[in-house]
Amino acid sequence: MKKTYKIDVDCANCANKMEQAAQKTEGVKTATVNFMTLKMVVEFLEGHDPKAVMQAVRKNCKRVESDCEVYLS
Amino acid sequence: MTKKQKIMLGRILAAVALLIALHFAPVTGWVRFGLYLIPYLVIGYDILLKALKGIRNRQVFDESFLMAVATLGAIALALYEDSGDYTEAIAVMLFYQVGEWFQSYAVGKSRRNISDLMDIRPDYANVEREGRLERVDPDEVEIGTVIVVQPGEKVPIDGIVVEGASSLNTAALTGESLPRDTQQGDEIISGCINMTGLLKIRTTKEFGESTVSKILDLVENASSRKSKSEDFISKFARIYTPAVCGSALVLAVLPPLIRVFVLGLSAGWETWVYRALTFLVASCPCALVISIPLSFFAGIGGASKAGVLVKGSNYLETLSQTKIVVFDKTGTLTQGVFEVNGIHHSEMENAKLLEYAALAESASSHPISKSLQRAYGKELDRSRVRNIQEISGSGVIAQVDGLEVAAGNDKLMDRLGISYIPCHSVGTIIHLAIGGKYAGHIVISDVVKPHSKEAIQALKAAGVRRTVMLTGDAKAVADQVAAGLGVDQAYSQLLPAGKVEKVEELLSEKPEKAKLAFVGDGINDAPVLRRADIGIAMGAMGSDAAIEAADVVLMDDDPLKIATAIRISRKCLGIVYQNIIFAIGIKLLCLVLVALGFANMWLAIFADVGVMILAVLNAIRALFVKNL
Repeated sequence: MKKTYKIDVDCANCANKMEQAAQKTEGVKTATVNFMTLKMVVEFLEGHDPKAVMQAVRKNCKRVESDCEVYLS
Repeated sequence: MTKKQKIMLGRILAAVALLIALHFAPVTGWVRFGLYLIPYLVIGYDILLKALKGIRNRQVFDESFLMAVATLGAIALALYEDSGDYTEAIAVMLFYQVGEWFQSYAVGKSRRNISDLMDIRPDYANVEREGRLERVDPDEVEIGTVIVVQPGEKVPIDGIVVEGASSLNTAALTGESLPRDTQQGDEIISGCINMTGLLKIRTTKEFGESTVSKILDLVENASSRKSKSEDFISKFARIYTPAVCGSALVLAVLPPLIRVFVLGLSAGWETWVYRALTFLVASCPCALVISIPLSFFAGIGGASKAGVLVKGSNYLETLSQTKIVVFDKTGTLTQGVFEVNGIHHSEMENAKLLEYAALAESASSHPISKSLQRAYGKELDRSRVRNIQEISGSGVIAQVDGLEVAAGNDKLMDRLGISYIPCHSVGTIIHLAIGGKYAGHIVISDVVKPHSKEAIQALKAAGVRRTVMLTGDAKAVADQVAAGLGVDQAYSQLLPAGKVEKVEELLSEKPEKAKLAFVGDGINDAPVLRRADIGIAMGAMGSDAAIEAADVVLMDDDPLKIATAIRISRKCLGIVYQNIIFAIGIKLLCLVLVALGFANMWLAIFADVGVMILAVLNAIRALFVKNL
C-alpha cells in the first residue's frame, strides 16, 4: 500500500536525510521524499499498520532533521 | 513570504543594525565580547540549537554543525588572540542565514510559479437545480449529471456537449494556442477553458477519472521518480560532508605538527585552525543538493507548459539521450483517417463514379465505405439501392438506380470476369464496374499529418541518428509514406506482437548509451510503449491507456512536439550538468585556495552562499521553453 503525506522542510539536503530516515524505519518498504512538491510517498510492508509506522517515520525524521514536519492526516 | 521567512528577515536586519552600531561603540575586552555576543545569538541561536540537537541525535556532520563549529571557533580564536575581531564570525553566520533565507524564498517562489503553471484544477462545477445554478465540488458530481460551463470557466469534468457551441482554449493542456471549436454532440475534456458561449455538458466520468485529475496526478508525482543525476548528488552529499570534516581536522592538526616536529618551526596553531574553519564554511553542499532537483522540477514544469507531460526526472534524463526514434505509423505520423485520394480511369464524371460507389457501399460500416460517404459529401438516398450483396474480403454488388454496380478489389473483378486497369498509386484500390462494364477505380489512403515531415527533420536536427517506422499496413503503403517523410527505415505488415519483437531487435542492436524512444498513439501499442527505453504517447487528450502506459505524454496530436520534448530535456540536462560542474568546481577551487591560505572567510562565504544563489538562478532557466 502506498500513501502520500505532506511534509515541511527547509533544505534539499535535509529532505534527502528524511528520505533515508524514512526508508530505514521498520514497516516501510520504500519511501521517497520530493522536496519540490513537499511530499513524502511511503509504501508500507504488508502486515504493518500505516498509522503506527508513520509515527515512527515522523520520529526518525525529527531525529535527523529537528526542523522538519510530517503531517500525518 | 511565509511567516518563517518574515521572522528570519527581521532577525537578519536586526543583526545587521546591531553590528553597525557596535562598530562605532568604543568598548574593549570582555564588555566588547559580551556586546558582540548579542548579534551573534540573534542571528545564530537556532543554528547552535540545531547543532546541539544533531550531536544529541548522533547526526554530527550536518550544516548547522559546520556553521556552529566554524563561527564558535572564530570567536574562540579572536578571544585567544585578544584581537577583539568578532565581526567575522557574526558575518559568517549572517551570510549563511541570508543564503538560507534566499534559498527558501527562491525555492518557494519557483515552487509556486511552477504549480500555478500546472494549475488546471477546477474549483467547482455548476449544476442547475430548480432553475438556479449552484456551485458544487466537482468530486460530488455524479456521472450523467448535466453541468453548465459559462464563458471564462474551466470545464471541470469530461463529458458530452448537450447544448450550446463555443470555442475552447486548450492551452493549459496542450500548449496549443489556437482555440478548438466545439458544439452539440462533441466530446469535451476537462481542463479546457470555455471562451465564448455557454455550454451544457452531460458528464461521462467522475471527477477523479477525468482527464484533468489524471494529468494533475501525473504531474504532481512526476518529480518523485528520481534521475541518475539526483541519485548521484544524494550519494555524493552523503560521503562529501564527513570527508570535508575529516579534511578540516587534518588541516588544523597536521601542518602545525609537521612544522614543530619536522621543520622545527613554531606551530602557528591560529593560522591553521582559522584555515580549517574557513574550509568548513566553504564546504557546505547546499548548492549542489538544491540545484539539481530544482532544475528537474523546473524542466518538468516548463515541458508541461509546452503540452509535454514527463512522468519523472529519470524520463527527462533518458529523453535527452534519445538517438533512435521508432514511430507507429497510423495515428502517429498519419491521421489514421482514410480519405479518397484519387479517382482514375473513370468512364464518367468523377463525382458520378463516387456517387455510385458511395451508394453501393452505403450499407457497410467499414472505414472505407465511411470515407467514400464522406467524400461524396451529400445525404445518401438509400431507396436508390437494392439487393446489396456483400462478398466478404472482396467488396459489394448492388443494384443502384436499376444498374448493377460492383465495387471492390481486384479479386471481385476477377470473380466477375471483368478486366480492370491496375493502379500505380499506393493505398486501398476500389474498382467499379457498372452494368458489367469497367468504370474506373478510386484510391483511398491514410493522410499524412501536416507536420510529420517537419517533425522528422526536426528530430534529425535535434541529433536523432535513426528514425524507424513500424506499421501493420501493406509494404507499398509503408514504403511510400516512409520515403515521403524521410524516415530512414520502415517495417511493414507487423502484428502488434511483431512490433514488440522489432523494437526488442532494435534495442539489442543499439549501443547502451543511445536510447530508443517509441512514439505511438497509445491505442493498441501499450506493450511497445512499455518495452522501449522511453515510451511517448501522442494525442493523450482523452486516451487513458496512453497516459498510463507512456513515460512521456504529448497532449496534442502534433508529431513536431517530439523534437520539442527532446530539446526541452536537453536544455534541462544541460543545466543540470552545468550546475554539477560549476558547483563542485568552484567549491573545490575555493577549498584548495583556503587550504593554501590564499582565501579568507569572505571567499568561503561566497563559495557557500554565492554559488548556491547562482546555481538556483541557473536552475530556474529550465522553466523557460518558449523558443525551443
